[in-house]
Amino acid sequence: MDFSFYFDLPLWVRLLLQSTAVIAVLFPLAAACSMAERKISAWIQGRPGPNRTIPPMLAWIPVIAPLFQKLGLFQLAADGGKFVFKEDPIPGHVNKFYFVLAPILSMIPALTTIAVVPVGAYLNQAGAWIPIVLADVDVGLLAVFAVSSLGVYAIILAGWASNSKYPFLGSVRASAQLISYELSMTLSVLPVFLWVNAPGGSGTLSLFDVVQTQSQPGLWGGMWYVLLMPLSAFIFLVALFAETNRQPFDMPESESDLVGGFHTEYGAFKWSLFFVAEYCHMIVGSGVFVLLFLGGWNPLPWIPLETVVGWLHLTGHPLLIGVLAILIFMVKVLASIFFFMWVRWTLPRFRYDQVMKIGWQKLLPLSIANLIFYAIVIALIERR
Amino acid sequence: MAVIQVDRKPLSLAERTYIPQIVHGLKTTLKHFMAPNVTLEYPEQRPEIPTGYRGVPTLVKDPNGREKCVSCQLCEFVCPPKAIRITPGEISEHSDHAHVERAPQAFDIDMLRCIYCGLCQEVCPEEAIFLQTQYSMTGYTRAEMVNHKDRLYELGGTLPDDHFKWDKKKAAEDAAAHGGHH
Repeated sequence: MDFSFYFDLPLWVRLLLQSTAVIAVLFPLAAACSMAERKISAWIQGRPGPNRTIPPMLAWIPVIAPLFQKLGLFQLAADGGKFVFKEDPIPGHVNKFYFVLAPILSMIPALTTIAVVPVGAYLNQAGAWIPIVLADVDVGLLAVFAVSSLGVYAIILAGWASNSKYPFLGSVRASAQLISYELSMTLSVLPVFLWVNAPGGSGTLSLFDVVQTQSQPGLWGGMWYVLLMPLSAFIFLVALFAETNRQPFDMPESESDLVGGFHTEYGAFKWSLFFVAEYCHMIVGSGVFVLLFLGGWNPLPWIPLETVVGWLHLTGHPLLIGVLAILIFMVKVLASIFFFMWVRWTLPRFRYDQVMKIGWQKLLPLSIANLIFYAIVIALIERR
Repeated sequence: MAVIQVDRKPLSLAERTYIPQIVHGLKTTLKHFMAPNVTLEYPEQRPEIPTGYRGVPTLVKDPNGREKCVSCQLCEFVCPPKAIRITPGEISEHSDHAHVERAPQAFDIDMLRCIYCGLCQEVCPEEAIFLQTQYSMTGYTRAEMVNHKDRLYELGGTLPDDHFKWDKKKAAEDAAAHGGHH
Protein backbone atom coordinates (compact mmCIF):
# COMPACT_ATOMS: atom_id res chain seq x y z
CA MET A 1 0.00 0.00 0.00
CA ASP A 2 1.15 3.48 -0.73
CA PHE A 3 0.46 6.28 1.67
CA SER A 4 2.30 8.99 -0.20
CA PHE A 5 -0.98 10.81 -0.87
CA TYR A 6 -1.26 11.34 2.87
CA PHE A 7 2.27 12.56 3.26
CA ASP A 8 1.74 14.90 0.31
CA LEU A 9 -0.92 16.79 2.25
CA PRO A 10 0.18 20.09 3.77
CA LEU A 11 1.69 19.66 7.22
CA TRP A 12 -1.02 21.62 9.01
CA VAL A 13 -3.78 19.46 7.51
CA ARG A 14 -1.97 16.33 8.61
CA LEU A 15 -1.41 17.66 12.11
CA LEU A 16 -5.04 18.73 12.34
CA LEU A 17 -6.23 15.27 11.27
CA GLN A 18 -3.83 13.51 13.60
CA SER A 19 -4.61 15.58 16.65
CA THR A 20 -8.34 15.28 16.01
CA ALA A 21 -7.90 11.52 15.84
CA VAL A 22 -5.95 11.46 19.10
CA ILE A 23 -8.52 13.60 20.91
CA ALA A 24 -11.34 11.55 19.41
CA VAL A 25 -9.81 8.51 21.07
CA LEU A 26 -8.56 10.07 24.30
CA PHE A 27 -11.71 11.96 25.25
CA PRO A 28 -14.17 9.04 24.97
CA LEU A 29 -11.59 6.75 26.56
CA ALA A 30 -11.39 9.08 29.53
CA ALA A 31 -15.18 9.10 29.75
CA ALA A 32 -15.28 5.33 29.45
CA CYS A 33 -12.83 5.15 32.34
CA SER A 34 -15.49 6.61 34.61
CA MET A 35 -17.79 3.72 33.72
CA ALA A 36 -14.92 1.25 34.10
CA GLU A 37 -14.32 2.73 37.53
CA ARG A 38 -17.95 2.15 38.51
CA LYS A 39 -17.96 -1.37 37.13
CA ILE A 40 -14.67 -2.34 38.77
CA SER A 41 -15.75 -0.92 42.10
CA ALA A 42 -18.98 -2.89 41.78
CA TRP A 43 -17.26 -6.15 40.94
CA ILE A 44 -14.79 -5.73 43.78
CA GLN A 45 -17.72 -5.12 46.13
CA GLY A 46 -19.65 -8.14 44.82
CA ARG A 47 -22.29 -6.11 42.96
CA PRO A 48 -23.20 -6.17 39.26
CA GLY A 49 -22.86 -2.42 38.84
CA PRO A 50 -24.88 -0.25 36.44
CA ASN A 51 -26.54 -2.67 34.03
CA ARG A 52 -30.09 -1.42 33.45
CA THR A 53 -30.07 1.46 31.00
CA ILE A 54 -30.98 0.62 27.43
CA PRO A 55 -32.57 2.95 24.88
CA PRO A 56 -35.81 1.34 23.69
CA MET A 57 -35.02 1.97 20.03
CA LEU A 58 -31.82 -0.07 20.30
CA ALA A 59 -33.22 -2.88 22.42
CA TRP A 60 -34.06 -5.05 19.39
CA ILE A 61 -30.41 -5.57 18.40
CA PRO A 62 -29.42 -9.05 19.51
CA VAL A 63 -26.23 -9.86 21.47
CA ILE A 64 -24.64 -6.40 21.20
CA ALA A 65 -27.39 -4.39 22.87
CA PRO A 66 -27.71 -6.70 25.90
CA LEU A 67 -23.92 -6.83 26.18
CA PHE A 68 -23.65 -3.04 26.13
CA GLN A 69 -26.47 -2.90 28.65
CA LYS A 70 -24.68 -5.30 30.99
CA LEU A 71 -21.44 -3.32 30.66
CA GLY A 72 -23.25 -0.07 31.43
CA LEU A 73 -22.22 1.60 28.16
CA PHE A 74 -25.69 3.04 27.59
CA GLN A 75 -25.58 4.33 31.14
CA LEU A 76 -22.35 6.09 30.22
CA ALA A 77 -24.02 7.73 27.25
CA ALA A 78 -27.02 8.70 29.37
CA ASP A 79 -24.77 10.22 32.02
CA GLY A 80 -22.84 12.13 29.38
CA GLY A 81 -26.07 13.45 27.92
CA LYS A 82 -27.29 14.40 31.36
CA PHE A 83 -24.15 16.40 32.05
CA VAL A 84 -24.61 18.33 28.84
CA PHE A 85 -28.29 19.11 29.23
CA LYS A 86 -28.89 19.55 32.95
CA GLU A 87 -28.95 22.95 34.53
CA ASP A 88 -25.48 24.33 35.07
CA PRO A 89 -25.67 26.26 38.31
CA ILE A 90 -23.22 29.03 39.20
CA PRO A 91 -23.48 29.82 42.91
CA GLY A 92 -23.91 33.47 43.84
CA HIS A 93 -20.80 33.73 45.97
CA VAL A 94 -18.21 32.66 43.41
CA ASN A 95 -15.86 34.67 41.27
CA LYS A 96 -17.71 33.99 38.07
CA PHE A 97 -14.94 34.48 35.51
CA TYR A 98 -12.37 32.23 37.18
CA PHE A 99 -15.07 29.79 38.27
CA VAL A 100 -15.96 29.16 34.63
CA LEU A 101 -12.35 29.33 33.51
CA ALA A 102 -11.09 26.61 35.88
CA PRO A 103 -12.70 23.55 34.27
CA ILE A 104 -11.66 24.76 30.82
CA LEU A 105 -8.11 25.25 32.05
CA SER A 106 -8.12 21.76 33.51
CA MET A 107 -8.82 20.27 30.09
CA ILE A 108 -5.96 22.06 28.32
CA PRO A 109 -2.97 20.37 29.98
CA ALA A 110 -4.84 17.09 30.07
CA LEU A 111 -5.25 17.07 26.30
CA THR A 112 -1.91 18.75 25.55
CA THR A 113 0.45 16.26 27.17
CA ILE A 114 -0.67 13.48 24.84
CA ALA A 115 1.02 15.39 22.00
CA VAL A 116 4.51 14.33 23.01
CA VAL A 117 3.63 10.80 24.12
CA PRO A 118 4.30 8.25 21.39
CA VAL A 119 1.50 5.71 21.20
CA GLY A 120 3.23 3.28 18.86
CA ALA A 121 5.82 2.93 16.16
CA TYR A 122 6.14 1.43 12.72
CA LEU A 123 8.88 0.13 10.52
CA ASN A 124 9.12 2.19 7.36
CA GLN A 125 10.27 0.93 3.97
CA ALA A 126 13.85 1.91 4.81
CA GLY A 127 13.77 -0.37 7.88
CA ALA A 128 13.86 2.39 10.48
CA TRP A 129 11.44 2.70 13.36
CA ILE A 130 9.27 5.80 13.16
CA PRO A 131 7.30 6.84 16.26
CA ILE A 132 3.56 7.42 15.98
CA VAL A 133 3.36 10.66 17.89
CA LEU A 134 1.92 14.11 17.29
CA ALA A 135 5.15 15.94 18.15
CA ASP A 136 8.35 13.91 18.33
CA VAL A 137 10.35 16.40 20.36
CA ASP A 138 13.65 15.76 22.09
CA VAL A 139 12.40 17.19 25.37
CA GLY A 140 9.54 14.63 25.44
CA LEU A 141 9.39 13.76 29.10
CA LEU A 142 10.25 17.25 30.24
CA ALA A 143 7.32 18.55 28.21
CA VAL A 144 5.00 16.00 29.84
CA PHE A 145 6.16 17.00 33.32
CA ALA A 146 5.98 20.70 32.57
CA VAL A 147 2.53 20.68 31.02
CA SER A 148 0.86 18.07 33.21
CA SER A 149 1.79 19.93 36.38
CA LEU A 150 -0.10 22.91 35.00
CA GLY A 151 -3.21 20.86 35.64
CA VAL A 152 -3.00 21.73 39.31
CA TYR A 153 -3.48 25.40 38.48
CA ALA A 154 -7.00 24.56 37.35
CA ILE A 155 -7.64 22.93 40.72
CA ILE A 156 -6.18 25.87 42.62
CA LEU A 157 -8.21 28.27 40.52
CA ALA A 158 -11.38 26.21 41.06
CA GLY A 159 -10.80 26.15 44.80
CA TRP A 160 -10.07 29.84 45.01
CA ALA A 161 -12.84 30.98 42.70
CA SER A 162 -15.40 28.87 44.56
CA ASN A 163 -14.97 31.28 47.50
CA SER A 164 -15.89 28.60 49.99
CA LYS A 165 -13.78 26.86 52.61
CA TYR A 166 -13.83 23.24 51.52
CA PRO A 167 -12.87 23.84 47.89
CA PHE A 168 -10.18 26.19 49.12
CA LEU A 169 -8.72 23.57 51.48
CA GLY A 170 -8.87 21.03 48.69
CA SER A 171 -6.94 23.25 46.32
CA VAL A 172 -4.32 24.11 48.95
CA ARG A 173 -3.82 20.42 49.52
CA ALA A 174 -3.56 19.80 45.78
CA SER A 175 -0.78 22.35 45.36
CA ALA A 176 1.15 21.09 48.41
CA GLN A 177 0.83 17.53 47.20
CA LEU A 178 1.96 18.38 43.69
CA ILE A 179 5.09 20.14 44.93
CA SER A 180 5.92 17.26 47.28
CA TYR A 181 5.62 14.49 44.75
CA GLU A 182 6.83 16.24 41.61
CA LEU A 183 10.35 16.18 43.09
CA SER A 184 10.50 12.45 43.72
CA MET A 185 8.86 11.77 40.37
CA THR A 186 11.45 13.73 38.45
CA LEU A 187 14.32 12.26 40.47
CA SER A 188 13.02 8.74 39.95
CA VAL A 189 13.21 8.92 36.15
CA LEU A 190 16.70 10.43 36.06
CA PRO A 191 18.46 7.02 36.33
CA VAL A 192 16.52 5.89 33.26
CA PHE A 193 17.86 8.80 31.24
CA LEU A 194 21.35 8.38 32.67
CA TRP A 195 21.21 4.87 31.25
CA VAL A 196 19.63 5.89 27.93
CA ASN A 197 22.02 8.75 27.23
CA ALA A 198 25.25 6.86 26.76
CA PRO A 199 28.23 9.18 26.52
CA GLY A 200 29.16 10.08 22.99
CA GLY A 201 25.62 10.12 21.65
CA SER A 202 23.45 13.19 21.51
CA GLY A 203 21.47 13.67 24.67
CA THR A 204 17.74 13.04 24.57
CA LEU A 205 14.70 13.07 26.80
CA SER A 206 12.48 11.61 24.11
CA LEU A 207 10.15 8.87 25.24
CA PHE A 208 10.54 7.15 21.88
CA ASP A 209 14.26 6.72 22.48
CA VAL A 210 13.56 5.22 25.89
CA VAL A 211 11.42 2.56 24.27
CA GLN A 212 14.03 1.97 21.58
CA THR A 213 16.66 1.22 24.22
CA GLN A 214 14.29 -1.34 25.70
CA SER A 215 13.84 -3.12 22.36
CA GLN A 216 17.44 -4.05 21.66
CA PRO A 217 18.64 -7.63 21.42
CA GLY A 218 20.56 -9.23 24.23
CA LEU A 219 20.06 -9.64 27.97
CA TRP A 220 20.52 -5.97 28.84
CA GLY A 221 19.02 -4.56 25.67
CA GLY A 222 15.71 -6.36 25.89
CA MET A 223 15.27 -5.81 29.59
CA TRP A 224 12.46 -3.47 30.56
CA TYR A 225 13.48 -0.75 32.96
CA VAL A 226 11.03 -2.00 35.54
CA LEU A 227 13.35 -5.00 35.92
CA LEU A 228 16.52 -2.95 35.68
CA MET A 229 15.37 -0.20 38.04
CA PRO A 230 12.47 -1.53 40.10
CA LEU A 231 12.85 1.13 42.77
CA SER A 232 12.65 3.92 40.21
CA ALA A 233 9.52 2.34 38.77
CA PHE A 234 8.00 2.04 42.22
CA ILE A 235 8.73 5.65 43.19
CA PHE A 236 7.46 6.86 39.84
CA LEU A 237 4.25 4.88 40.25
CA VAL A 238 3.60 6.15 43.76
CA ALA A 239 4.30 9.72 42.67
CA LEU A 240 2.01 9.18 39.68
CA PHE A 241 -0.80 8.17 42.01
CA ALA A 242 -0.22 11.36 43.96
CA GLU A 243 0.10 13.55 40.86
CA THR A 244 -3.13 12.30 39.36
CA ASN A 245 -4.88 12.71 42.71
CA ARG A 246 -5.87 9.09 42.87
CA GLN A 247 -6.57 7.06 45.97
CA PRO A 248 -4.84 6.68 48.36
CA PHE A 249 -3.63 10.22 47.63
CA ASP A 250 -6.84 11.98 46.62
CA MET A 251 -6.36 14.78 49.11
CA PRO A 252 -7.88 17.55 46.96
CA GLU A 253 -11.14 15.62 46.80
CA SER A 254 -11.29 13.59 50.02
CA GLU A 255 -15.06 13.62 50.18
CA SER A 256 -15.16 12.37 53.76
CA ASP A 257 -13.57 15.50 55.22
CA LEU A 258 -13.90 18.11 52.46
CA VAL A 259 -17.42 17.39 51.11
CA GLY A 260 -16.22 17.23 47.49
CA GLY A 261 -12.93 19.07 47.73
CA PHE A 262 -12.10 21.49 44.96
CA HIS A 263 -15.24 20.68 42.95
CA THR A 264 -17.74 21.06 45.80
CA GLU A 265 -19.40 24.06 44.14
CA TYR A 266 -19.36 22.59 40.63
CA GLY A 267 -22.11 20.72 38.87
CA ALA A 268 -23.20 19.44 35.50
CA PHE A 269 -20.87 19.90 32.55
CA LYS A 270 -18.16 21.81 34.37
CA TRP A 271 -17.90 19.06 36.95
CA SER A 272 -17.65 16.42 34.25
CA LEU A 273 -14.83 18.37 32.57
CA PHE A 274 -12.80 18.09 35.78
CA PHE A 275 -13.35 14.37 35.75
CA VAL A 276 -12.53 13.83 32.12
CA ALA A 277 -9.37 15.86 32.75
CA GLU A 278 -8.49 13.69 35.72
CA TYR A 279 -8.92 10.52 33.70
CA CYS A 280 -6.94 12.02 30.81
CA HIS A 281 -4.11 12.67 33.23
CA MET A 282 -4.40 9.10 34.37
CA ILE A 283 -4.27 7.76 30.82
CA VAL A 284 -1.32 9.93 29.84
CA GLY A 285 0.44 9.17 33.13
CA SER A 286 -0.09 5.44 32.61
CA GLY A 287 1.18 5.85 29.05
CA VAL A 288 4.37 7.53 30.27
CA PHE A 289 4.85 4.82 32.88
CA VAL A 290 4.42 2.13 30.25
CA LEU A 291 6.89 3.86 27.92
CA LEU A 292 9.50 4.42 30.60
CA PHE A 293 9.37 1.19 32.52
CA LEU A 294 7.17 -1.36 30.77
CA GLY A 295 8.76 -1.41 27.34
CA GLY A 296 6.19 0.69 25.48
CA TRP A 297 4.86 -1.29 22.51
CA ASN A 298 7.11 -4.31 23.03
CA PRO A 299 4.88 -7.25 23.90
CA LEU A 300 7.18 -8.92 26.46
CA PRO A 301 10.60 -8.29 27.94
CA TRP A 302 13.29 -9.71 25.65
CA ILE A 303 10.71 -10.10 22.88
CA PRO A 304 10.74 -6.73 21.12
CA LEU A 305 8.08 -5.81 18.59
CA GLU A 306 10.62 -6.29 15.81
CA THR A 307 10.85 -10.02 16.59
CA VAL A 308 7.07 -10.37 16.59
CA VAL A 309 6.88 -8.52 13.29
CA GLY A 310 9.40 -11.02 11.92
CA TRP A 311 7.29 -13.95 13.17
CA LEU A 312 4.11 -12.58 11.63
CA HIS A 313 5.87 -11.64 8.35
CA LEU A 314 4.58 -8.09 8.62
CA THR A 315 7.78 -6.44 7.39
CA GLY A 316 6.81 -4.09 4.61
CA HIS A 317 3.32 -3.42 6.01
CA PRO A 318 3.90 -0.26 8.02
CA LEU A 319 0.18 0.21 8.62
CA LEU A 320 -0.26 -3.22 10.20
CA ILE A 321 2.88 -2.82 12.29
CA GLY A 322 1.62 0.54 13.49
CA VAL A 323 -1.79 -0.88 14.42
CA LEU A 324 -0.15 -3.79 16.24
CA ALA A 325 2.13 -1.42 18.17
CA ILE A 326 -0.78 0.82 19.15
CA LEU A 327 -2.82 -2.20 20.25
CA ILE A 328 -0.06 -3.56 22.45
CA PHE A 329 0.51 -0.13 23.92
CA MET A 330 -3.20 0.36 24.59
CA VAL A 331 -3.50 -3.02 26.31
CA LYS A 332 -0.67 -2.05 28.64
CA VAL A 333 -2.14 1.37 29.34
CA LEU A 334 -5.57 -0.11 30.06
CA ALA A 335 -4.02 -2.72 32.35
CA SER A 336 -2.24 0.05 34.18
CA ILE A 337 -5.51 2.01 34.50
CA PHE A 338 -7.13 -1.12 35.87
CA PHE A 339 -4.33 -1.22 38.42
CA PHE A 340 -5.11 2.40 39.37
CA MET A 341 -8.76 1.50 39.97
CA TRP A 342 -7.91 -1.73 41.72
CA VAL A 343 -5.74 0.20 44.18
CA ARG A 344 -8.44 2.82 44.61
CA TRP A 345 -10.99 0.26 45.75
CA THR A 346 -8.48 -1.49 48.00
CA LEU A 347 -6.77 1.21 50.03
CA PRO A 348 -8.21 3.76 52.41
CA ARG A 349 -7.14 7.36 51.94
CA PHE A 350 -3.95 8.47 53.70
CA ARG A 351 -4.26 11.22 56.24
CA TYR A 352 -2.95 14.56 55.03
CA ASP A 353 0.04 14.51 57.40
CA GLN A 354 0.84 10.97 56.25
CA VAL A 355 0.80 12.14 52.64
CA MET A 356 3.28 14.90 53.44
CA LYS A 357 5.42 12.53 55.51
CA ILE A 358 5.56 9.92 52.78
CA GLY A 359 6.38 12.54 50.18
CA TRP A 360 9.12 14.43 51.97
CA GLN A 361 10.54 12.00 54.50
CA LYS A 362 10.34 8.73 52.61
CA LEU A 363 9.99 9.06 48.86
CA LEU A 364 12.31 12.04 48.39
CA PRO A 365 15.31 10.58 50.30
CA LEU A 366 14.61 7.24 48.67
CA SER A 367 14.63 8.72 45.19
CA ILE A 368 17.81 10.68 45.87
CA ALA A 369 19.52 7.52 47.18
CA ASN A 370 18.24 5.67 44.15
CA LEU A 371 19.65 8.32 41.82
CA ILE A 372 23.04 8.28 43.53
CA PHE A 373 23.17 4.49 43.49
CA TYR A 374 22.38 4.24 39.79
CA ALA A 375 24.66 7.15 38.95
CA ILE A 376 27.57 5.30 40.57
CA VAL A 377 26.66 1.97 38.99
CA ILE A 378 26.24 3.49 35.54
CA ALA A 379 29.51 5.41 35.92
CA LEU A 380 31.31 2.18 36.78
CA ILE A 381 29.79 0.32 33.84
CA GLU A 382 30.47 3.08 31.34
CA ARG A 383 34.09 3.38 32.48
CA ARG A 384 35.10 0.01 31.04
CA MET B 1 -10.50 -6.42 87.86
CA ALA B 2 -6.95 -5.66 87.11
CA VAL B 3 -6.27 -3.42 84.17
CA ILE B 4 -3.84 -5.08 81.81
CA GLN B 5 -1.76 -2.65 79.79
CA VAL B 6 -1.08 -4.20 76.42
CA ASP B 7 1.92 -2.70 74.73
CA ARG B 8 1.43 -2.01 71.10
CA LYS B 9 4.04 -3.91 69.15
CA PRO B 10 6.36 -1.59 67.23
CA LEU B 11 5.88 -1.88 63.47
CA SER B 12 8.52 -3.77 61.58
CA LEU B 13 10.34 -2.14 58.68
CA ALA B 14 8.23 -4.07 56.16
CA GLU B 15 5.05 -2.91 57.87
CA ARG B 16 6.23 0.69 57.90
CA THR B 17 6.65 0.66 54.13
CA TYR B 18 2.94 -0.33 53.88
CA ILE B 19 3.84 -2.60 50.97
CA PRO B 20 3.12 -6.09 52.38
CA GLN B 21 -0.23 -4.85 53.67
CA ILE B 22 -1.05 -3.21 50.35
CA VAL B 23 -0.19 -6.40 48.45
CA HIS B 24 -2.31 -8.39 50.87
CA GLY B 25 -5.19 -5.96 50.39
CA LEU B 26 -4.87 -6.13 46.62
CA LYS B 27 -5.01 -9.92 46.84
CA THR B 28 -8.19 -9.72 48.90
CA THR B 29 -9.91 -7.33 46.50
CA LEU B 30 -8.83 -9.41 43.51
CA LYS B 31 -10.43 -12.43 45.13
CA HIS B 32 -13.67 -10.50 45.48
CA PHE B 33 -13.31 -9.16 41.94
CA MET B 34 -13.32 -12.73 40.64
CA ALA B 35 -16.03 -13.96 43.01
CA PRO B 36 -19.67 -14.05 41.91
CA ASN B 37 -21.97 -11.21 42.96
CA VAL B 38 -23.61 -11.38 46.33
CA THR B 39 -26.50 -9.06 45.52
CA LEU B 40 -29.92 -9.87 44.06
CA GLU B 41 -31.16 -7.97 41.03
CA TYR B 42 -34.29 -7.08 42.88
CA PRO B 43 -37.43 -6.88 40.81
CA GLU B 44 -36.40 -9.93 38.76
CA GLN B 45 -34.82 -11.89 41.58
CA ARG B 46 -36.74 -11.98 44.83
CA PRO B 47 -35.27 -12.80 48.21
CA GLU B 48 -36.27 -16.04 49.87
CA ILE B 49 -38.58 -15.19 52.79
CA PRO B 50 -37.60 -17.01 55.96
CA THR B 51 -40.24 -18.72 58.10
CA GLY B 52 -41.56 -16.50 60.85
CA TYR B 53 -41.16 -13.42 58.67
CA ARG B 54 -43.51 -10.62 59.63
CA GLY B 55 -44.88 -9.20 56.40
CA VAL B 56 -48.12 -7.40 55.70
CA PRO B 57 -50.89 -8.44 58.12
CA THR B 58 -53.65 -10.39 56.38
CA LEU B 59 -56.92 -12.11 57.24
CA VAL B 60 -57.26 -15.81 56.47
CA LYS B 61 -60.08 -18.25 55.85
CA ASP B 62 -60.23 -21.82 57.07
CA PRO B 63 -60.20 -24.74 54.60
CA ASN B 64 -64.01 -24.69 54.48
CA GLY B 65 -63.97 -21.12 53.23
CA ARG B 66 -65.27 -19.62 56.44
CA GLU B 67 -63.76 -16.33 57.45
CA LYS B 68 -62.11 -17.02 60.74
CA CYS B 69 -62.34 -13.55 62.22
CA VAL B 70 -65.21 -13.23 64.68
CA SER B 71 -64.65 -9.47 65.17
CA CYS B 72 -63.76 -9.76 68.84
CA GLN B 73 -61.67 -6.59 68.29
CA LEU B 74 -58.78 -7.79 70.45
CA CYS B 75 -56.37 -6.94 67.67
CA GLU B 76 -57.87 -3.49 67.37
CA PHE B 77 -57.32 -2.92 71.08
CA VAL B 78 -53.80 -4.34 71.18
CA CYS B 79 -52.57 -2.62 68.03
CA PRO B 80 -49.89 -0.15 69.29
CA PRO B 81 -50.17 2.36 66.42
CA LYS B 82 -53.96 1.95 66.19
CA ALA B 83 -53.77 0.80 62.61
CA ILE B 84 -56.73 -1.60 62.79
CA ARG B 85 -60.36 -0.50 62.65
CA ILE B 86 -63.09 -3.13 62.86
CA THR B 87 -66.81 -2.70 62.47
CA PRO B 88 -68.40 -5.84 63.97
CA GLY B 89 -71.25 -7.49 62.15
CA GLU B 90 -73.64 -10.44 62.44
CA ILE B 91 -73.62 -13.62 60.37
CA SER B 92 -77.08 -14.11 58.86
CA GLU B 93 -79.16 -17.01 60.19
CA HIS B 94 -79.36 -18.64 56.80
CA SER B 95 -75.61 -19.04 56.49
CA ASP B 96 -73.89 -22.39 57.01
CA HIS B 97 -71.83 -20.69 59.63
CA ALA B 98 -74.70 -19.13 61.53
CA HIS B 99 -73.55 -20.79 64.73
CA VAL B 100 -70.37 -18.66 64.70
CA GLU B 101 -72.72 -15.70 65.10
CA ARG B 102 -70.32 -12.84 64.39
CA ALA B 103 -67.97 -11.75 61.62
CA PRO B 104 -66.48 -8.38 60.77
CA GLN B 105 -68.68 -6.17 58.68
CA ALA B 106 -65.65 -4.02 57.84
CA PHE B 107 -62.00 -4.65 58.65
CA ASP B 108 -59.49 -1.95 57.74
CA ILE B 109 -55.76 -2.00 58.35
CA ASP B 110 -54.05 1.31 57.66
CA MET B 111 -50.66 0.28 56.29
CA LEU B 112 -49.34 3.80 56.77
CA ARG B 113 -49.72 3.25 60.51
CA CYS B 114 -48.91 -0.45 60.79
CA ILE B 115 -45.52 -1.14 62.36
CA TYR B 116 -45.46 -4.87 61.53
CA CYS B 117 -45.09 -5.77 65.21
CA GLY B 118 -47.25 -8.88 64.96
CA LEU B 119 -49.16 -8.28 68.19
CA CYS B 120 -52.46 -8.71 66.32
CA GLN B 121 -51.40 -12.16 65.19
CA GLU B 122 -50.23 -13.03 68.70
CA VAL B 123 -53.41 -11.85 70.41
CA CYS B 124 -55.94 -13.35 67.98
CA PRO B 125 -57.92 -16.15 69.72
CA GLU B 126 -59.27 -17.38 66.39
CA GLU B 127 -55.94 -17.54 64.51
CA ALA B 128 -57.54 -15.34 61.91
CA ILE B 129 -54.90 -12.69 61.33
CA PHE B 130 -51.41 -13.50 60.15
CA LEU B 131 -48.37 -11.51 59.15
CA GLN B 132 -47.41 -13.37 56.02
CA THR B 133 -44.64 -13.12 53.46
CA GLN B 134 -45.63 -10.03 51.50
CA TYR B 135 -43.08 -7.30 52.19
CA SER B 136 -43.81 -4.63 49.63
CA MET B 137 -46.80 -2.33 50.07
CA THR B 138 -47.04 0.61 47.72
CA GLY B 139 -49.68 3.02 46.64
CA TYR B 140 -50.12 6.42 45.09
CA THR B 141 -52.59 7.80 47.64
CA ARG B 142 -53.19 7.48 51.35
CA ALA B 143 -56.52 5.81 50.63
CA GLU B 144 -54.77 3.14 48.58
CA MET B 145 -52.59 2.28 51.54
CA VAL B 146 -55.58 1.22 53.65
CA ASN B 147 -56.27 -2.50 53.22
CA HIS B 148 -59.99 -3.20 53.35
CA LYS B 149 -61.53 -6.52 54.21
CA ASP B 150 -61.66 -7.87 50.64
CA ARG B 151 -58.04 -7.04 50.03
CA LEU B 152 -57.04 -8.55 53.37
CA TYR B 153 -58.68 -11.85 52.50
CA GLU B 154 -57.22 -11.75 49.02
CA LEU B 155 -53.74 -11.30 50.48
CA GLY B 156 -54.30 -13.84 53.23
CA GLY B 157 -55.90 -16.70 51.35
CA THR B 158 -56.60 -19.94 53.13
CA LEU B 159 -54.39 -21.43 55.79
CA PRO B 160 -54.66 -25.00 57.13
CA ASP B 161 -56.55 -25.29 60.38
CA ASP B 162 -55.54 -27.62 63.21
CA HIS B 163 -58.62 -27.25 65.34
CA PHE B 164 -61.88 -26.65 63.43
CA LYS B 165 -63.06 -25.26 66.73
CA TRP B 166 -66.45 -24.07 65.48
CA ASP B 167 -67.21 -27.26 63.58
CA LYS B 168 -66.49 -29.32 66.68
CA LYS B 169 -68.66 -27.03 68.74
CA LYS B 170 -71.51 -27.36 66.30
CA ALA B 171 -71.11 -31.15 66.14
CA ALA B 172 -71.17 -31.33 69.94
CA GLU B 173 -74.29 -29.14 70.06
CA ASP B 174 -75.99 -31.29 67.43
CA ALA B 175 -75.05 -34.45 69.30
CA ALA B 176 -76.41 -32.96 72.51
CA ALA B 177 -79.65 -31.98 70.79
CA HIS B 178 -80.12 -35.44 69.24
CA GLY B 179 -78.65 -37.75 71.86
CA GLY B 180 -80.01 -35.92 74.81
CA HIS B 181 -76.81 -36.04 76.80
CA HIS B 182 -73.63 -34.07 76.68
